[in-house]
Amino acid sequence: MSVVFEKPKALTDAVLHYCPGCTHGIIHRLVAEVIDELGIEGKTIGVAPVGCAVMAYDYFTCDFVQAAHGRAPAVATGVKRSDPSKIVFTYQGDGDLAAIGTAETVHSAARRENITVIFVNNAIYGMTGGQMAPTTLPGQVTQTSPYGRDVETVGYPVKVCELLSNVDGAAYIERVAVNNVKNVKNAKKAIKKAFQNQLEGKGFSLIEVVSTCPTNWGMTPEKALEWVEEKMLPYYPLGVYKDIYAEEEAK
Amino acid sequence: MSEKVLMKGNEAIAEAAILAGCNHYFGYPITPQTEVAAYMAKRMPKIGGTFLQAESEVSAINMVIGVASTGKRVMTSSSSPGVSLKAEGISYLAGCDLPAVVVNVQRGGPGLGGIQPSQSDYFQSVKGGGHGDYHNIVLAPASVQEMASLTFKAFDLADKYSMVSMILADGTMGQMMEPVSLDAGEVNTYEKPWALTGTNCERKHNIVNSLYLKPEALEQKNFERYEKYKQIEENEVMYEEYLMDDAEICVVSFGITARVAKNAINEARAKGIKVGMIRPITLWPFPKKVLCDAADKCKAFISVEMSMGQMIEDIELAIRCKKPVYLCNRVGGMIPSPEEVLAKIDEVNKNGGAF
Repeated sequence: MSVVFEKPKALTDAVLHYCPGCTHGIIHRLVAEVIDELGIEGKTIGVAPVGCAVMAYDYFTCDFVQAAHGRAPAVATGVKRSDPSKIVFTYQGDGDLAAIGTAETVHSAARRENITVIFVNNAIYGMTGGQMAPTTLPGQVTQTSPYGRDVETVGYPVKVCELLSNVDGAAYIERVAVNNVKNVKNAKKAIKKAFQNQLEGKGFSLIEVVSTCPTNWGMTPEKALEWVEEKMLPYYPLGVYKDIYAEEEAK
Repeated sequence: MSEKVLMKGNEAIAEAAILAGCNHYFGYPITPQTEVAAYMAKRMPKIGGTFLQAESEVSAINMVIGVASTGKRVMTSSSSPGVSLKAEGISYLAGCDLPAVVVNVQRGGPGLGGIQPSQSDYFQSVKGGGHGDYHNIVLAPASVQEMASLTFKAFDLADKYSMVSMILADGTMGQMMEPVSLDAGEVNTYEKPWALTGTNCERKHNIVNSLYLKPEALEQKNFERYEKYKQIEENEVMYEEYLMDDAEICVVSFGITARVAKNAINEARAKGIKVGMIRPITLWPFPKKVLCDAADKCKAFISVEMSMGQMIEDIELAIRCKKPVYLCNRVGGMIPSPEEVLAKIDEVNKNGGAF
């Protein structure tokens, strides 16, 4: 009997702790498949965030360091500067990357750090039980925006890809989603390119993955995927926001 | 001994770090320690090392965590307000049992305070400074020579015990120039099987982490860490004794104030007052035993420090309040003069010994 589907080698046998229907599992798998395909498991070092993905270090077979909230790009900078031959990636959520870690995100991009950032945007703080995130949509109800996010009092969501596309040091910025098969395939292509860029010394790559949080959104997994399509993607349009090498080639 | 060169204290720290094998430095400008960063900016590119001016002290200490997790020697430096920002990262270094050297060239506080020398970060340094149960090894240089030699020592102790060593200097130590011999001696290397070097697909992955969701495991981790601290308290205490053989009054002082106090002690001796000094070189571990022993011979202690009275609490604890401890201090960037210290010695000599 031939094997048609198996777990990527870059994932451990640990049981994921994520809620049913959460798309972290898909994104972990995509990262692991890319690590396998590029044959970089032995020289990859991951940086885990604070948030739902804090225990990513248990799920990937590569070496891992767990960073303080928002500080993953700074920690990754240290790891990469220590040994540039290693492949260094961070895996961060929206609160981590776009609120408390905004400075670390922008400046690691500006410095052209040769690292890969996987940014999971599900518009909410999941681990602490569903509070308003920097990416929570206008009107979206959360534990700390119980009447819906009121932009008059708390302002607007931060659009990370749009923001970073204006940072000169950033090499490759793309927003993808994992709410259907087509989007999952695109997401994998983008993640692979973000790792390949690092292998080729091309500098800072960030892939924003629009994700779900059925538990804290108060939806079934299926409904959550629909909500991504209907609410998230119009506010966070998918696509390549910056690719300096593609731009160079086009010239 | 190598030839002596004339250097600023801040530069002596920087060069000593490089000689100790530190090829990675992350900093952020703040007076009065900026010369460390400036020196590193010049030297690191020449030795193929990393100098990086971070966007904040918070980022700098997290870059330190990154390098430390790969097992290499790494340093950051700052001054008081900047060290407060690093406190989060220092707590994580403690929680991950990572070695690193952190330099604090203190200035007056709280808040933005001033830019003149101070010792008012004593509590922050020796009691931890960030959240959670932990200690840093804290070394207090009192000369430019010690700025260099204690930097060598700091790297060695950090690696030996896998924890943060802090150089607690002050603005005078950082800014003043003195002849210094930069001889690192033999640099010890330590095995770091926990380091993130890539698995090479040959070993199980290493994880550098401070998260323990099971309270039993976190408690155990704290117990183990404090066993290590106990060893350090037994083996690594450093202090200097000055004219303590027949001393009836014991001055306790570190860093720049110890040098001021020495002058005052010499003058007091000329007047026939039996006074000596114990100068802690390690502020943590604190030289408890020598102080406790001194309490059996001396009638009183004087803590000379540039704070509102921080080290004085550790002295009282060390001597179990057996004898009175008086405070002689200036704060806010002011340095006590030898005359002020002498006046305190005179006063204690006349009235001291009685609570």
